[in-house]
Amino acid sequence: MEATASAAAASVFDHLEQAPEDPILGITVAYNKDPHPGKVNLGVGAYRTEEGKPLILNVVRRAEERLLADRSKNKEYLPITGLADFNKRSAMLILGSDSPAVVEKRLVTAQCLSGTGSLRVGAEFLARHYGVKLVFLPTPTWGNHFKVFMNAGLAVKTYRYYDNKTRGLDYEGMLEDIGAAPSGSVILLHACAHNPTGVDPTPQQWEGIRQAIRNRGHLPFFDSAYQGFASGSLDKDALAVRTFVADGGECFIAQSFAKNMGLYGERVGALSIVSKSSGVATRVESQLKLVIRPMYSNPPIHGASIVALVLGDGDLFSEWTVELKGMADRIISMRHKLYDALRARGTPGDWTHILKQIGMFSFTGLNKEQVQFMTREYRIYMTLDGRISMAGLSLKTVPLLADAIHAAVTGAKA
Amino acid sequence: MSTAAAPASSVPAGARSGWWEAVQPAARDPILGVTEAFLADSDPKKVNVGVGAYRNDEGKPVVLECVRKAEQIIAGKQNMEYLPMGGLVKFNDLSVKLAYGDTAPVLEEKRVAAVQTLSGTGACRLFADFQKRFKPDSRIYIPVPTWANHHNIWRDARVEAHTFRYYKPSTRGLDFEGLMEDLKKAPEGSFVLLHACAHNPTGVDPTADQWKEMSQLFKSNRLFPFFDMAYQGFASGDTVRDAQAIRIFMEDGHQLACAQSFAKNMGLYGQRVGCLSVVCDNSQQAVNVKSQLQQIARPMYSNPPLHGAQIVTTVLSDPELKEQWYKEVKVMADRIIGMREALKSNLEKLGSSLPWKHITEQIGMFCYSGLTEDQVDRLTKEFHIYMTRNGRISMAGVTTGNVEYLANAIHEVTK
Repeated sequence: MEATASAAAASVFDHLEQAPEDPILGITVAYNKDPHPGKVNLGVGAYRTEEGKPLILNVVRRAEERLLADRSKNKEYLPITGLADFNKRSAMLILGSDSPAVVEKRLVTAQCLSGTGSLRVGAEFLARHYGVKLVFLPTPTWGNHFKVFMNAGLAVKTYRYYDNKTRGLDYEGMLEDIGAAPSGSVILLHACAHNPTGVDPTPQQWEGIRQAIRNRGHLPFFDSAYQGFASGSLDKDALAVRTFVADGGECFIAQSFAKNMGLYGERVGALSIVSKSSGVATRVESQLKLVIRPMYSNPPIHGASIVALVLGDGDLFSEWTVELKGMADRIISMRHKLYDALRARGTPGDWTHILKQIGMFSFTGLNKEQVQFMTREYRIYMTLDGRISMAGLSLKTVPLLADAIHAAVTGAKA
Repeated sequence: MSTAAAPASSVPAGARSGWWEAVQPAARDPILGVTEAFLADSDPKKVNVGVGAYRNDEGKPVVLECVRKAEQIIAGKQNMEYLPMGGLVKFNDLSVKLAYGDTAPVLEEKRVAAVQTLSGTGACRLFADFQKRFKPDSRIYIPVPTWANHHNIWRDARVEAHTFRYYKPSTRGLDFEGLMEDLKKAPEGSFVLLHACAHNPTGVDPTADQWKEMSQLFKSNRLFPFFDMAYQGFASGDTVRDAQAIRIFMEDGHQLACAQSFAKNMGLYGQRVGCLSVVCDNSQQAVNVKSQLQQIARPMYSNPPLHGAQIVTTVLSDPELKEQWYKEVKVMADRIIGMREALKSNLEKLGSSLPWKHITEQIGMFCYSGLTEDQVDRLTKEFHIYMTRNGRISMAGVTTGNVEYLANAIHEVTK
């Protein structure tokens, strides 16, 4: 009976294969492995300073110091739906404090694990309680959206969104597909700063989209990962969501504080469900708990405490809006620098989309082969769909990127 | 874009009064609901022996000093970038060393796939989803009783669940014969959930000999051992001793999996820090398994939270802090053992005719009192004492200030 492990029966998981790297997070893995000193990481969407360093916001540092100094604070379990103060303030941030949903208490908010967790909990809830188990995602969208909804048990289809030719919104196509979707479908919408394209509807287009969705009785599910980060204005970036809520209809909203508060690794987010009445809201909350409890019991306290502090303190909040605008402005300036650099090199093609697109990413229009060329020859790390994280650019690296794009467009295999 | 299959209802959703009218109010969580009720009670004598969170003798939550120190060290230094999907690598390394032993052969041979998880719940759920994905026809065997959420976890993972006998009400101890009988009937390839130490809710653990017999049975019948270890160090005060079940199985060459939680033993409850580890044939397989676990985590929460993992890493990698932690865990374990003795002797002093030795024979945070649901309800209504209706008392909520009151009340409802 002294058989060694290998002589004994093989592992029950012997048949497993190694899973492929995540297409987005895998870029950083590859980047980290590269020993080349001039490498540039334009893969994952995390903000970088002009020095190429991650940034912890001043307000976050100060909030953390306050929490640390407060010996009365403990580390007890949060309720299943998270920190109540955080939930309240998060909802008000996206909806506006005068929102009818807030005033009439037709709202349930649960703290979740950043944007991903909020989407997943919402999707699980829909899979259990919603009659139409079908969600429509824009083409393209953040890669992880598919698995989030599918693993929750929903069927996934797509609607037209990005127009390759104009590098802008395929508005007609989008309305057509929304109109053709089975009534009551869940429609995933990027609240602002569409990922990966950076192409957002105009306010007029949002109105058209809203009408199309309401006319078909669809359920809108907003993914809000860049509020304040896109235009620099929290209110402006929340316009689409607020317009929908103002019409009195129901919707889901997944919020992330990863980017706009720089709290990436602390996993801070919130799922809000706007319903028709407050009675419904209470029952919905009780069912949300049944989704969350067997997933992770209750959410992590640290990040949410920071956010609640910042949102609840007038000075910290003001300072935050300034820091947020600073980040958004730096990104906008990088867009201009890159555009100017490409024009200066006479790089063929119309690159105005770099200026028009909004938020952290630019959908360059480069194809897979061109991207692979740029990685191989210029050590530019980016996703194969041609998406670059503008937040990863600096005055120093813009010329390198422009050189790489120029070489790829003029020389690389089509 | 192709059209989808016909939806469940042909009436446009917007035409109904709302989408959620049919949503029923869910039952309250049996454990967390107790604390909610306790908080709502304004009676000054109220006692919360419901949820399993440690309290000091003043009845207050405790932040360990080693944790405070670790937080000071961390403060202002790190960035808050995303962790990898599998979490903080150093944290995983330290966690598995704690569970399996610093020099465990499986660790030296890099045969353990380890990922950071959302505490113990997250580790169990990740494993359950993994089990479903790669062994879809397999069953999970769950002890009776167990932490209620275990059933929810494997149910939500859609794994077929069965139970095995564990607790014997007549002895208030382990039903070892029943356990072995039931597990012998489990089909080959079944997965079995085992509490590594300080069984929740009963506090009844197998002896080393019983663990050895179980290990042999698992080998001969090809059963997969899944250990939920939420109380390492917290049960006996000794982290090595509390992991003995795992060490016994490892010596027998099992390939097991383990869910570790740092909620109780480091007092990091709300930080959600845990680790799931799976012992594999070889290092390549460990790489494969870890990559697949990450695939499950990515569409659930992308990557785990940073802060708690940094605290644990700081404590476990600093020899002084680690020593301090060992001492603080022992203090917690000893206080609970002391309260067990106090509760038992108080009940005996009151002249209770019922047997209460199980209070001191059981181990860990909980005492399975043997109280009926009606008796528990009376304790709540008449004495403002809050516990779960299965009669489970969280000994961590017992203090020198309330142990007499508690003993009196128990005596009143049981005499």
